[in-house]
Amino acid sequence: MHHTSKIRVALRHVVVILAALIFVFPFYFMIIGAFQQNPTNTPDRLFPMSGWTLNNFIAINSRISLLGSLFNSLVFVVGVLLGTVTFGLLTGYAVSCLKFRGKGFVWILMMLVQMIPFQLLMIPLYVQIARNYGLGDTYIGIILPFAINTTAVFIFAQFFKALPPSIFEAARIDGAGELRILWSIAIPMVRPALVTAVLVTFIGPWNEFLWPFLITKNTSMQPLAVSLANFISSVSQSMANPNGAILAGATVLAFPVVVIFCVFQKYFTASDIGSATKG
Amino acid sequence: MHDSNLQRPWYKRIRLFGDQPVGLIFSAPYIVFVLAIFAYPFIFAIYMAFHDYFFTAPGVQANKPFVGFKNFQTVLTDPDVLQSFRNILVFLIINVPLTVVLALVLATVLNKGIKWAAAFRIAFYLPYITASVSLVGVWMILFSQDGLINAFLGRFAPNPSWLVNEHLAMPSIALYVTWKQLGFYILLYLAALQNVPQELHEAAEVDGANSFQRFIHVTVPGVRSTTTLVLILAIITGANLFTEPYLLTNGGGPDGASTSPVLLIYQFGIQQQNPDLASAIGMVLVILVGLLSLFVNRLNKER
Repeated sequence: MHHTSKIRVALRHVVVILAALIFVFPFYFMIIGAFQQNPTNTPDRLFPMSGWTLNNFIAINSRISLLGSLFNSLVFVVGVLLGTVTFGLLTGYAVSCLKFRGKGFVWILMMLVQMIPFQLLMIPLYVQIARNYGLGDTYIGIILPFAINTTAVFIFAQFFKALPPSIFEAARIDGAGELRILWSIAIPMVRPALVTAVLVTFIGPWNEFLWPFLITKNTSMQPLAVSLANFISSVSQSMANPNGAILAGATVLAFPVVVIFCVFQKYFTASDIGSATKG
Repeated sequence: MHDSNLQRPWYKRIRLFGDQPVGLIFSAPYIVFVLAIFAYPFIFAIYMAFHDYFFTAPGVQANKPFVGFKNFQTVLTDPDVLQSFRNILVFLIINVPLTVVLALVLATVLNKGIKWAAAFRIAFYLPYITASVSLVGVWMILFSQDGLINAFLGRFAPNPSWLVNEHLAMPSIALYVTWKQLGFYILLYLAALQNVPQELHEAAEVDGANSFQRFIHVTVPGVRSTTTLVLILAIITGANLFTEPYLLTNGGGPDGASTSPVLLIYQFGIQQQNPDLASAIGMVLVILVGLLSLFVNRLNKER
């Protein structure tokens, strides 16, 4: 009995380690290949000892502006974060701690956003934002559909709701305005929610491809996900050996999110990310 | 509470807008946002699908007549559109069972106590949080004609290679998406497994059930509602495919064998400038996803 259970534990570890290898291997391949003169295509050269280079980054940077694209990604993400944190906190506080006419309507809107799929909205949004408002190739146009992340509003509301209402009542009797209560009492008490919401909100737009791809034609306005996709699908075909450059670009795009995820791992929960990154 | 109310000026006592009407002002930006970015385009999409809608130069007004179900008729008789829906079906047939089985098995193993469980969770989750464009780039190279996978397979390598083979393009996408999303589903199952009562396992063990029997008769029924959620999310993911057929198989190739409805929405609506047809595809897609999700949900409740 004891013997079999030891085998079982060992077997369990073998299964998990094998699975983990399959999950991590493409990342290993990506990073190693990004720094290799000739990324390997044969199993025997998976652990290179020499041939390290930074030329792949220089090569992709000569075709798409890495820094410019990174800056556009950053503007996109910061815009979404600013909108989500300011308006999301206000809305989350209102629907969970305040009594006002129309509160039920706001909850219905929050549900509605979770239910309407983006693929139905992408054409009318494109018509509206690019054609009618002329916001194609502008930061506002890229940011607008993501400006307030509803998942973050849900996270805020959920955390505010868990606070004891008596502290708000006490502050109100002392004559504090709602904005002041939110700023000096409520927000400091939900810091972990703030971190989770910011992380979850960051990942969505940083990785987003479809919408910025639709709304930007001008390469100088494209976030990195879009310019890398353009590089992969067309630009790279004019290069003799584009694999290294593709892997270098992929590494640059993946790096910030992977690092942030590993550092802030404990703030991520499955349900939060799932509904947020759907876009 | 009531006493303090009496001390308020009359206009605050009426409370037409509730105790804290400022809540409406706080929520106003969000209300405007949802109405403008979700509600209006949603209605606009339905409007376009039923009209002969086309792009005009700015400021030019043109008559866009109501055409009933004509757009739907056009897209539903278009072989490319039908093919794209069949492709999604192929995708789901491969992706859904793989996802459910692998995620549940790995979650069960992780749940039984494993060394460095946190590190494994990170490893499983990495593909999920990483940009699809990055990972598609890596897979493209791995699965290319002269890629590492084919070198590894040697003479068992498929010909034509994975991504340019009409029978393997869609399965390759399904495999890629399974790999990318699995970590998320593992975490969902891990959370669900915490709620399966330990007593059930113990009772089954007393009855002489081995660990496989316990997995089938205790664990699987115990996480059934999560399986329903996983099925619905997998269906939604499948219906949403765009980046993968656009990049991985070079625009839904070979010869449309991996086109997706969303890729066609893009091609119809923006490249060919037929937003009315694109909206019709979008509506058909949403209705199909809705029906399929309802069906899955019903299956869960009946049992």
